[in-house]
Order: sequence, then structure tokens, then C-alpha cells
Amino acid sequence: MKTFYWLVKREFWEHRGGFFWAPIITGGVFLLLNIMGIITAEVLGARHGINLGASGGLQRVIADMDAGDLSKVGLALDIAMYSAMGLLIVVLGFVVFFYCLGALYDDRRDRSILFWKSLPISDTSTVLSKVISATVLAPIVAVIVGIVVGMLQLLILATTLSFHGVNVWQLLILAHPFRVMLNLVGYIPLYVLWALPSVGWLLLCSAWARNKPFLWAVALPVASGLIISWFGIMGLFNLPATWFWSNIVQRGLFSTFPGTGSLFGSHGGSIAHEVAGNPSLDFMDLGSTYQLLASTNLWIGAVVGLGLLAGAVWFRRWRDDS
Amino acid sequence: MSAVITASGLTKRYKSALALDNVSFQIAPGRIVGLIGPNGAGKTTALKAILGLTDFTGTLNVLGFDPRKQRDKLMGEVCFIADVAVLPRWIRVREAVDFVANVHPRFDRAKCEAFLARTKLTPNQRVRQMSKGMIVQLHLALVMAIDAKLLILDEPTLGLDILYRKQFYQNLLEDYFDENKTIIVTTHQVEEVEHILTDLMFIRDGKIVLDADMEAVGDRFIEVMVNADQANAARQLKPLDERQVFGKSIFLFDGADRAVLEQLGETRRPSISDLFVATMKGTYA
Repeated sequence: MKTFYWLVKREFWEHRGGFFWAPIITGGVFLLLNIMGIITAEVLGARHGINLGASGGLQRVIADMDAGDLSKVGLALDIAMYSAMGLLIVVLGFVVFFYCLGALYDDRRDRSILFWKSLPISDTSTVLSKVISATVLAPIVAVIVGIVVGMLQLLILATTLSFHGVNVWQLLILAHPFRVMLNLVGYIPLYVLWALPSVGWLLLCSAWARNKPFLWAVALPVASGLIISWFGIMGLFNLPATWFWSNIVQRGLFSTFPGTGSLFGSHGGSIAHEVAGNPSLDFMDLGSTYQLLASTNLWIGAVVGLGLLAGAVWFRRWRDDS
Repeated sequence: MSAVITASGLTKRYKSALALDNVSFQIAPGRIVGLIGPNGAGKTTALKAILGLTDFTGTLNVLGFDPRKQRDKLMGEVCFIADVAVLPRWIRVREAVDFVANVHPRFDRAKCEAFLARTKLTPNQRVRQMSKGMIVQLHLALVMAIDAKLLILDEPTLGLDILYRKQFYQNLLEDYFDENKTIIVTTHQVEEVEHILTDLMFIRDGKIVLDADMEAVGDRFIEVMVNADQANAARQLKPLDERQVFGKSIFLFDGADRAVLEQLGETRRPSISDLFVATMKGTYA
């Protein structure tokens, strides 16, 4: 257990840039853009003589709101908090994707694998430490940064509005920061399961490819997808070629992007429906996201992912090219 | 004591060539063995087999383990420095020490820090900022602090200047080696290891062509410096090798009668490099 902790720590040392600085810089840029946007709006507003709420009008609007309107304010604030996470999720997806591609390849290329292999560490622990770094460590850092950035985002909004005579501190009560946090943190275990096939495939390519793991990882599924589409092979199974594209290519490559499970998993349709109908963020709640556990897509993917990881361990053990 | 390494019928074939050809040998504890051979002779393959880094046929027992199946356990007892500069370039001195201290049960942190204190390395320095010599100093400090039974060095001083090379072997002898440890070293810089070796193994084309301890080598191989008038007499005795120096001929004999040779001229123990060159004659031809 102690060894495993240090293996993960080792990954963090090596990939501090991707795991730690990437989300922080992204969050910083996000906040900066928001502040710039607010300043621009303020300047433009002042130039055109518009001063929202200076007369206390906005405050009166709030006072006149009924429960339904108030819940919409809370919703908007929650969206503001999630929006910070949205950008971080995209960055996280890329970081995890490229981390996995390099994790078992880079040290073979610079021959430092000979140093790691001189220590009494099993190849299984090595590969697992990389899986955990990709699917647990990286998302945890991203979520923590996302929560901090989201809170700052709320504060910035609140401060701006208070300059316009709106007592927003009262409005902040309408937001559900703890619910947002719980939903984000709680999503991580689901992400681990959903990302397994991608992480497994990328690590397998990383452990196997003699060079250019990126090319192999992307070209193999895409090329087979093209062949299958061209010759209509899926027709043999009474499935359209798009089945292959969405269930093999997309699932195998892009499951490192958090949230793709909820978008493309079996419940994707219901989210779209909820969003279109009554605006609410209920689909972000764990009770809703965890419905993904009922989809066979998730579990088949996880099992395939474990198989691919076993392959990665085997190649890590026996690949002899240093 | 039982052997540290027992190999029999070791064979490894790469696509095009036979890297190890039915090799058998034994290495006893408390020895420093030089595994010496020309490029591509199979040295590194033999070491990789011992370390469980490559597959092979035949049987191999290293400290009671089968390196193919029990590699993780084996690496608790074995250390190796493969080549210079295999330390990851991003790692800092402090991180390397922390990591090894926490994953290796036989690592003595105090010892390692004492070794590092004798160098110019600083805790925050990254490997990518170090010269080759400094990287080896760090690697050696890490390895010498591990109480392993077997240390394997594969070209550990390649590309280092003479100061680092001398210091490397001196540290190894003074601060590391004792009767419970075994060291196997491959190198082309034979002159530098010849005084520390207890055993010598020559490997050529995947076969072991010489396996003897240094005393036996001294008894078996004799070099004689012969004047020109006696040269033909010397040639009659079938020398391994002949070369000319200052108008005299130097003959190298394997297992000849010392008394007979002494009548021909001045005898002496050949240097390992001369022995090596004589044994490997025609390798690249």
C-alpha cells in the first residue's frame, strides 16, 4: 500500500504540469475572462448611461420575485458554478488522454524504464498506479480546482451586483454550492468506470507501440471504422456502421472526457428532454447521473477496459526493446 | 555456499541472430565477475536474462528465484545500473531518494545521504541539469545504499571522464563490496576493472569462451618477450597471439609450460586487454 502511494506520488511529480498546473491555469484564465467580460459590460454600460439597479430597481425586482423565480436565480447561480467545471472537464479529458498515451511509452523511449525496473515493483502495480493517477488523482485535482474557481466565480458575480445596489448575499443562499460540490465529487467513481475502456486502450497502445503510440491508438480504430463502413461489415450483425463508430471508436478513444458517459450513455436522450422542457439541473444530481450504472454499455466497457489493462501489464512485463 | 547464479543451456534467439547459444555458467557469492565481449556478443542479453527483462530458453536460477516468474521478489535482492543516464530526466535528487527509500525495503537512507554529501549534487537538482558523471554519482549513491546480494553493472562508466571512472570503481570497492555481495560488470574499458575483478568471463558470438578466476588466468596464460633469433622456436609452441614491440616479439601462450617459456625470454602475466584482443581475433572479420 505504501509502495502504491509512492507510485502515484511519482506520477504526480512527473506530470505536475498536466495534473496540477493545467487545471489551475485554466481556472485562472476562466476567471480572468469573466472579470474582463464584466469590466467590458460595465464600461459599455457607463458609456451609454445605463446604470442597472442604481435606483434600487433591481432590488425591487428581486423583492417581487415569487418562489419559482427565486429558484431560477438559484439555478442560474448553480450554472455559473458548473460552467467553470465545464472548461476544466475538457482540459482534464485531454490531459488524461495524452497522459495515458505516454505513461508506458515515454520511459521506454528515454530508457528510464531500466531504472524503474531495477526496483522491486511489480508491473501490475506500475500499470495500476497509472490507471489511478489518470482516473482518480487527475479528476480529484480538477474537481477541487473547479469548486474553488466556481466559488470565486460566484463571489465575483455577487460583488459586481452589489455595486449596483443589489443585496446579492441574500441571493447566494439560493445557490446550492454544496449540492454542486457533492455532484462533482460524487461523479468521480462513475468516471473511473466509464473511462476504463479508453484508459485501457491508450495504456495498451502506450505499452505496446514501438514508436508513435498516438498514431497507433487513433489510426487503428479509425482505420477499422473506415473499412467497416466501406464494406458494410456491420450489416452482417444487422447493425449500422454508426454502431461501430459510436460504440468502439468513440467509446474507446473519448471516454477519458468526463461527462461523455452521461451524454452518450443510455440516458443521453432523457437529459436532452429535461433540458428542453423544464429548465433544471436535476440531471447533474447523483441520483440521475448514477442511472448510468444500469446501462450495459458502462459495464461492458469496464470489463473490456480491464482486459485491455491486463494486456498492458503483459506488454509492460515482456516488451524488450530498451 | 551455494551459487548466486546458476545457468544451464541458456539460449536466446532474436529474429536474425542467436544472442545466447546454449550458455552454462555458475557464479559464486563474494565475487566480482567481469563479463567481457565485443559488441553484439550477447553480454547485455545475458544480463537481461538474469534480471528477468527478457525471455529465454534453458534454466536460470538467480538467488533461488526464476527471473522469468519471480522477478518482483528477485529485484528486492538485486540491483542494477544499466548504462549511464537511465535515471528519468525530470526527477530531482530529493525525489529519487524519497521514492527509492519508500519502495525499497533494503534501502538505507542515511547511507545514501552520506554518499550524496560527498558529491556536488543538491537536493533540488534535476537529472536533466546534471552531467553524465553526476547522474552516475546519483545512481551509484542510490544503489550503494541498497543492501543487495547481487549488483549488475552494464557499461556503468561509458562516456565518463577518467576522474569519474576511477572514483566509480573506488567507491564500489571501498564502500560497497564485501564477501556477501556479488558484482557482475560488463565494460569495454577493461584496464580499469582488471585490478578489481576476481573472475573473468569472455563471451563471443553468444558463447562463453573463457570462464576462470583471475589466479587461474594468471597460471594459464603467459606472455613471453622473445628476441628475434628465438622467435621461430616460440612459434613452434603454438602461441595464441604474436605481436611486435621494439624489434622484439611478444607471444601469448595458453597453458604452455612455464619453464620452457622462461628459457625463451622474459615471462609475465598478460593484461586482460591483450588476452581479450587475442581471444577475440577475427570477430569482426
